[in-house]
Amino acid sequence: MTVSEIFKTMDYGTAPESVSEADAWLDRHDRKFGLFIGGAFTKPGKDRFDSMNPANGEVLASLTEASAKDVDAAVKAASKTQKAWAALGGAGRARHLYALARLIQKHARLFAVLESLDNGKPIRESRDADIPLSARHFYHHAGWAQLMEREMADYEPIGVAGQVIPWNFPFLMLAWKIAPALAMGNTVVLKPAEYTSLTALLFADICIEAGLPEGVVNIITGHGPVGAMIAEHADVSKVAFTGSTRVGRILREQTAGTGKKLTLELGGKSPFIVFDDADIDSAIEGIVDAIWFNQGQVCCAGSRLLVQESIAETFHERLRQRMQTLRVGDPLDKSIDLGCIVDPVQHQRITQLVEQGVDEGATAFRGETSLPENGCYYPPTLLTGVEAGDTLAQEEIFGPVLVSMSFRTPAEAVQLANNSRYGLAASVWTENINLALGIAPQIKAGVIWINCTNQFDAAAGFGGYRESGFGREGGREGLFEYVKPSYLKALKDIAPVKVHALTEGGGEGIDRTAKMYIGGKQARPDSGYSQPIATPKGKLISHVGSGNRKDIRNAVEAATAASGSWAKASGHNKAQILYYIGENLAARAGEFENRVREMTGASSKAAASEVEAAINRFFTYAAWADKYDGQVHSVPLRGVTVAMKEPVGVMGIACPEEAPLLGFVSLVAPTIAMGNAVVAVPSEAHPLSATDLYQVFDTSDLPGGVVNIVTGPKDDLAKTLADHYGVDGVWYHGTQDGSAMVERAAAANLKRTWVNYGKAIDWTDPAQSEGEEYLRHATEVKNVWIPYGE
Amino acid sequence: MTVSTKDITQTADQLPVAAHPARFPRNPGIPLDLDWVSSVQINTSAVERRASSLGARRSVKKEYQAAWLLRAITLMDLTTLNGDDTRGKVRRLCAKAKRPVRRDLIEALGAEDLNITTGAVCVYHEMIGTAVEALEGSGIPVAAVSTGFPDALSPFHLRVQEIEESVKAGASEIDIVISRRHVLTGDWQALYDEMRAYREACGEAHVKAIISTGNLGTLRNVARASHVCMMAGADFIKTSTGKESVNATLPVSLTMVRTTREYEARTGYKIGFKPAGGISKAKDALTYMSLMKEERGNDWLEPDLFRFGASSLLGDIERQLEHFVTGRYSATFRHGIS
Repeated sequence: MTVSEIFKTMDYGTAPESVSEADAWLDRHDRKFGLFIGGAFTKPGKDRFDSMNPANGEVLASLTEASAKDVDAAVKAASKTQKAWAALGGAGRARHLYALARLIQKHARLFAVLESLDNGKPIRESRDADIPLSARHFYHHAGWAQLMEREMADYEPIGVAGQVIPWNFPFLMLAWKIAPALAMGNTVVLKPAEYTSLTALLFADICIEAGLPEGVVNIITGHGPVGAMIAEHADVSKVAFTGSTRVGRILREQTAGTGKKLTLELGGKSPFIVFDDADIDSAIEGIVDAIWFNQGQVCCAGSRLLVQESIAETFHERLRQRMQTLRVGDPLDKSIDLGCIVDPVQHQRITQLVEQGVDEGATAFRGETSLPENGCYYPPTLLTGVEAGDTLAQEEIFGPVLVSMSFRTPAEAVQLANNSRYGLAASVWTENINLALGIAPQIKAGVIWINCTNQFDAAAGFGGYRESGFGREGGREGLFEYVKPSYLKALKDIAPVKVHALTEGGGEGIDRTAKMYIGGKQARPDSGYSQPIATPKGKLISHVGSGNRKDIRNAVEAATAASGSWAKASGHNKAQILYYIGENLAARAGEFENRVREMTGASSKAAASEVEAAINRFFTYAAWADKYDGQVHSVPLRGVTVAMKEPVGVMGIACPEEAPLLGFVSLVAPTIAMGNAVVAVPSEAHPLSATDLYQVFDTSDLPGGVVNIVTGPKDDLAKTLADHYGVDGVWYHGTQDGSAMVERAAAANLKRTWVNYGKAIDWTDPAQSEGEEYLRHATEVKNVWIPYGE
Repeated sequence: MTVSTKDITQTADQLPVAAHPARFPRNPGIPLDLDWVSSVQINTSAVERRASSLGARRSVKKEYQAAWLLRAITLMDLTTLNGDDTRGKVRRLCAKAKRPVRRDLIEALGAEDLNITTGAVCVYHEMIGTAVEALEGSGIPVAAVSTGFPDALSPFHLRVQEIEESVKAGASEIDIVISRRHVLTGDWQALYDEMRAYREACGEAHVKAIISTGNLGTLRNVARASHVCMMAGADFIKTSTGKESVNATLPVSLTMVRTTREYEARTGYKIGFKPAGGISKAKDALTYMSLMKEERGNDWLEPDLFRFGASSLLGDIERQLEHFVTGRYSATFRHGIS
């Protein structure tokens, strides 16, 4: 085209980014890579696979498929150096992280070009988003390393972290995984996705250049089974995974009962909600950033458009108009909006899902956008005529495909937004601050963007609710995923507690039967059976109901009904009730002391001290109820990013056998203080201290359904709770087998779990039996991004 | 003072379009729609994000860049608005408008047939005669700033009269300045009436409404003022006089350009846009052009719907063109000054 011709057409032409430096780097490695273990690359293995450029199908490099032996070598290398790395101290590690951050910046363009070559994302995104955010992650966590001894005083490194990351943000996910792990004194074995390993291998070069101690970072390549081998390895104590919900579930099952700490960042079907008073043009541009960023291959992509019915028609029309100017093309062209889909396999999946949606009645719209003839491209697509229950409204498509639905009222918008098994992110568009800030807490998602979308920063936590996984990455909240409380290592195995056999007949006085407590009412067991509870000498104290799965079902229903308003009750209000419970318990201290003594045979001194500690615990959590604040994170935004603490929701709690009163109170009090509604299964051997408490609850204004008590076979009941789709979190104190069972069952809906792995907590020691650790497990952190300025 | 829509519409129908052959019907205006004005929603942070990503989303290189820069010249109101303007200065400006790029560069670019001139020359009333004379036969229109430019605080009847005088003197485009106080006090009726009167006084000359964004405080005000001016019959909306402390910016421009899209969607009329003040680099011009292309399409890369108000931009464009032709970075003194 001549200048004169272009003058008439006014086309953009192409503006290709040079790949020569990236090619040179690949050539320096002979386009064959081994694994990065113990600070050096191994020789390329015999079993290899190709890494392709999705834009043209060309092979970029040949990579090694790690074997079990390789995985073992990498974990050994990481394990060998971990103590020394931790012993280096926060300040020492900070310098290494700082060096890594600097080197990423110095090689920023090489990282960006390599990323776009390998993954197919537009160079504009890898250059302006992925790589700068990655460097920022290392800088930010260099800071946390520096501050660890002071800010994380009661915590220590976990050990070797096994990390498995996805192909959609290959280098950014590496940064999200490695930076916090290293900062907190862990060493890592990381497996990049098989489609996109190259920037991780370049990072290995950077680790050498930075003089990082050998073995601190190990990078091994390969397919899914390699990830499984890492997760399974006995010397890996932390598993962090970002990827599909399906694989996340497998990892949850696989690691159940091993004591490995697990973080899962999984799928999403995030709502993008537009109210009638939104700045429509800006909201439409928001959609471009929400679903056409990285070709929609973003776990938190705003893929479900919910638009107020009164503006839906105009909005769709303007959106279609906007879609006409989207440019799809060579990822290395600086003038395109969308690049390629990462692999033909993904392309096929997107195509199939959209076809299925159209079969189900959806209408697909695509602009005049032309696609390059070759390469793995999918056009930006809008699907209207989709209803909440349709496949396309529920399944994650993971492509540039937006489905749209309408709503009538804010309440209905929330209902539709939450009508999903996922809960990763949401974007809310309105110029009414009351509406925006009112909607944010109602949406079940870990990140809420007000009048913006896809904002990320190292200082703000990211992570999901529900089947979008658990754990946070970024911010102070993300650090806890890479540390463990210092007291853990000293814990001993729990001593078995026997159910006392009944050897004597009925006692004197009036017969007493402890009922269950459901929805604020005493309830008989569904089974119609009762169990005798006897003194150590075999004398009957009372009968308790033998709870079964139906009692759990009823209790969860009651808890669900109570959870909404209890979550909304003010901290002050919750505190008042907890104080009142403490007060009423104190008034009946003698009675509770007798009960503990009677059931356990404890000395009267010990029993009195247990009751006193229980009263104190209620006071402690009354104190915390209005003090476990959120934070305002310091992110680069004109606005505020608020990390709000929210209750987990409906929680199941299986209480320890020992300390029948104090154990129960230590677990129930923090959860209700944070606004959860609870189904508690008391000590199986000694349940009467717990059932006695319902009279205290009844006299202390605790709303019915906030605490529900189901007595009976603990592990059976815990299993039903862990299986239950309507339960959001389970705590379990009991045997190692019971712990494993709970974690395995929880995989069904990926609920949060916190179990003791058969270890005994000293419930009389506040350092391990109360405090912020308990509150953290009873809350979710939701980050709300609120840009401001007129 | 009110002017009925009917009067203006009739006037408009009778008028031929002055400077450029008409591609589209001229905006006759519509009755003031206060509901529309009050429903305007602008999210400043989101507008800023879009504005800041525009430059990164599109890039024109090599021959494309050269072609776009030549196009930029044709979109330029080459401007001098200074107290010390003289006939000699204005004649030099007009000469530059007629031959904005060195002949050897035009030849090297193979652009002789494009007959590149600036879009217009923009001067104060006193200089209209000189400019008209100097531009005779070139087809380049003369634009005059008017209505007590830049502050618009002279007596209203004199402001109207100034327009009439300028049209009589040969200006075919009038850049009027709105009374900012009407926006700041929310007196949309007064703004509408004022704009209507100016439009009427312009007769067949096209009117660009300078809303003086740097004085309006918020993007919401910018959008409201833009809508009212379009309703009252503006042919163009223009950001600034060039005399405010903040002149054309991308967020302000994006906001105004989006109002033209909404106005067209509701009325069918295409409104032009002119950012002015502070656009002095070739790269900035390209960003503005991609803004227009992205938000409104290629029609807004024509001088009847898009102009830059600029005095020093041309110099930078010439240097970039020479760099494209020779591969060497250029210097100011190698190009004729305006």
